[in-house]
Amino acid sequence: MSVPEQLRYSEEHEWVSGLDNEDGIVTVGITAHAADALGEIVFIELQAGEGDTVEAGEPCGEVESTKSVSDIYSPVSGEITAVNAAVIDEPKVINDDPYGEGWIFKVRLSEEPGDLLDATAYSKLIEES
Amino acid sequence: MSKKTPLYDVHVELGATLVDFAGYRMPLRYQSETAEHRAVRTAAGLFDLSHMGEIFVSGPGAAAALDYALVGNLSPMAVGKARYTMICAPDGGVLDDLIVYRLAAETFMVVANAANAATVHGELVERAAGFEAAVEDRSASYALIALQGPDSQDILSRFTEAPLPDLRYYAVMAGEVAGVDALIARTGYTGEDGFELFVSVGDAVPLWKELAGVEGVTPAGLSARDTLRLEAGMPLYGNELTTETTPYEAGLGRVVKLDKKVDFVGKAALAAQAQTPPGRRLVGLVAHGRRAPRKGYPVVGSDGTPCGVVTSGAPSPTLGRPIAMAYVDSGVAESGLAVDVRGRREPVDVVALPFYKRS
Repeated sequence: MSVPEQLRYSEEHEWVSGLDNEDGIVTVGITAHAADALGEIVFIELQAGEGDTVEAGEPCGEVESTKSVSDIYSPVSGEITAVNAAVIDEPKVINDDPYGEGWIFKVRLSEEPGDLLDATAYSKLIEES
Repeated sequence: MSKKTPLYDVHVELGATLVDFAGYRMPLRYQSETAEHRAVRTAAGLFDLSHMGEIFVSGPGAAAALDYALVGNLSPMAVGKARYTMICAPDGGVLDDLIVYRLAAETFMVVANAANAATVHGELVERAAGFEAAVEDRSASYALIALQGPDSQDILSRFTEAPLPDLRYYAVMAGEVAGVDALIARTGYTGEDGFELFVSVGDAVPLWKELAGVEGVTPAGLSARDTLRLEAGMPLYGNELTTETTPYEAGLGRVVKLDKKVDFVGKAALAAQAQTPPGRRLVGLVAHGRRAPRKGYPVVGSDGTPCGVVTSGAPSPTLGRPIAMAYVDSGVAESGLAVDVRGRREPVDVVALPFYKRS
């Protein structure tokens, strides 16, 4: 299962990109491993919208597949600056391209992110699960 | 440690997502479960069902033993026919739902759900004790491969001389398929036409590879099997049927043959249940929104009062909407019902089962 080197990961199977961006805005999605474990995603909902704040480690949405439903946890704290309307309309995009077109939301960080995993540590986590 | 079916290596080779199911490592899906589901509705899907239990009851008293052990009336069944039936506890609770095939005058094959095979075998041994009948669990000797979908007969006929057009729904015959000896049954759990092929464990891989090699045959996993049977309104043991449910609540009272001439296990309790309107009944639900009701979610009335529980639910690929089966208390108004989806009321319509019927 693909675990891109340049991303950071949460234990709840979200990825974060753009931590080095000067504007402090990062992009969040769910990992290929999570998308695969869920099966075909048919519904996604964020409880928070643009302008709302999210807290690292707190649930901020739900994702539902043909087989199951689970919470989406924000891996970082800050203000949501964008939500990917394309995946809300067509959630299967997350299965097809979890690290690209399947991004879910963007956050302007309000604090330095805490304990995110690098690709090696996340690979280890999913191997052990 | 989960058991592997004879086709385990084939599933791994195909890149299947594997899950533990009823003590077996089984394919959940190979690629997209929705594509697998659609393949079965429009062409053909291939399933490994080798986890199912095959229990043979044979001898001069085999028919009488089954009449006593099961709720169905098996002795009048002709050789080469199959019947959907159940094995109940003395209190009427359902121990398993079964398909019984009469292979010869004195030989029956009872196919049980994998999770219940040991229970069914144990009960049959005990219940057949007073009859001239031997009960043998041959699950480990048999692989079961199902070819399901509207193209099944066309495809299977390329591999067998057996007169498939003469084989009716819920019938079985012995024949050679792709060079291996098989019991060919026209049964299934998908709501489509199709065949179930019982073969020796050693023949499973070559038979699978022959069938899977046909263009238009899609390997399909447990996920597709579950949505297919749900659309077809077929109960799943552990969901719609348990030891706590009666056949009458499940809408399967017709399976209980109270009028058969002999006594059978559970008869008194089931006869009493048949006289009393059940306190709840199994219904079909179609959700208005996109959220799927799931097993265990409460059904609530228009005033928010809990009045039932969902037993199975999923987004239906054929209907394009979430569907579910649920037990709803008798006397509850069907209009204005909703399912509590993780704290939110999602409105549902009560519909007649099945959700899908092949044309």
